[in-house]
Amino acid sequence: MSWDIIVENLGFYAQGAKLTVILTVASLAISFVLAMPLALGRNSHNPFLRNAIALYTLVFRGTPLLVQLFLIYYGLAQFDLVRESLLWPWLSSALVCVILTFVLNTTAYTTEIFAGSLRHLPVGEIEAARAYGMSPFTRARRILLPAMLTRSLTLYGNETVMMLHATSLASTVTLLEVTGVARNIALNYYIMFEPYVTAAAIYLVLTLVLVLLFQFAQHRWAGYLQARL
Amino acid sequence: MLGGYVISVLAAGWITLSLAFVSLILAVVIGIAAALARLSRSRALRVTATLYTSVVRGIPDLVMMLLVFYSVPALLSQAAQDWGYDVYIEFSPFGAGAATLGLIFGAYMAETFRGALMNIPKGQLEAAEAYGLGRFRIFWRILLPQMMRLALPGFTNNWLVLAKATALVSLLGLQDVMFRAKGAAEATAKPFTFYLLAGGFYLAITAISLFILSRAAKRYELGEKELAR
Repeated sequence: MSWDIIVENLGFYAQGAKLTVILTVASLAISFVLAMPLALGRNSHNPFLRNAIALYTLVFRGTPLLVQLFLIYYGLAQFDLVRESLLWPWLSSALVCVILTFVLNTTAYTTEIFAGSLRHLPVGEIEAARAYGMSPFTRARRILLPAMLTRSLTLYGNETVMMLHATSLASTVTLLEVTGVARNIALNYYIMFEPYVTAAAIYLVLTLVLVLLFQFAQHRWAGYLQARL
Repeated sequence: MLGGYVISVLAAGWITLSLAFVSLILAVVIGIAAALARLSRSRALRVTATLYTSVVRGIPDLVMMLLVFYSVPALLSQAAQDWGYDVYIEFSPFGAGAATLGLIFGAYMAETFRGALMNIPKGQLEAAEAYGLGRFRIFWRILLPQMMRLALPGFTNNWLVLAKATALVSLLGLQDVMFRAKGAAEATAKPFTFYLLAGGFYLAITAISLFILSRAAKRYELGEKELAR
């Protein structure tokens, strides 16, 4: 066993963990903001809007994340139009492509989670808001979104764990997050056991932190739902 | 000229599908065993099964795959050399992929099956025991048929995620749809076209599975719906 190599390289693991956390938090934060209006649109009366969003979530939930990542990172370069556009400096960077793919992917899942809990809201709550004369915007802000978010907490917690784990795919397009660091160390020192076990342990700890955070959030914001049972 | 590449990508579909089915069978067997272990009277079994499901669900699929493909053989080879045998152990990508996916989705299936088993009324078990049915017969004739119906939504979800997760095995070198798409993308300099083709293949699996499994759900719910009315 050569754990001393791992100890020597702990600094790289720390940097990798930092990138993993940055990728996870950035993707989740952007997708959280996008998913709220999309969830409202997914249940809207306008069939065009509703079906367009449904098609988006079907495509991104129905294909592997790896395909989506390669499609965006390697695929876009096929078009001269993209290569000559002003966006190319950004689109040729692995970091931007990774975050773009993760956001598109996790927004699709989050939208469906939010839209699902929106459909299960008690009708009375919405009727009461209408009876108070709230405008559609006030209704969404004060009634629909808070009730939707608290009801989604459990499923959304699972989605954040999935997102944390999905960041490991960033290593396939050269980014050095935890998995990328582990691969590098495995190849440089030609040891196959210790680097990956260390990476797995880091993910386990990060997952545990996320789970505990969501248990706290559940207790803090969704307690009123449990009291009823 | 492109046609040949398209056929070579789609021809690899059977490798993707057979990997997915082998993994699914493994996952169902492991899942049922772990679900029964978690609900058993033996404390040791319960703790082992809980540890298994939580550790496996805390590690990303890709890292798990690298662990099984690189770390486990390295460990086994090391152990063999320590015992004085000069052998080098290596796993095939298909074997390692199926084992990993079976192990990962076994944990998810265990949670699905456990939830389904817990929703079967206790009185039925007591009645079966009172009739003098053996433990195996209770499982086969009382638990399993109802578990199929109750677990179907979760099972559908797990299967869809599993089918997409097979794309990761291309990173170990298995010549599946994703691997061939990468090859074709590099050979023809048309990455977008071929990753889109691969995406279409997985989307088709998703659509066909959803169609078949929603019909199965209707079939299993036949008796239920009438009673609920």
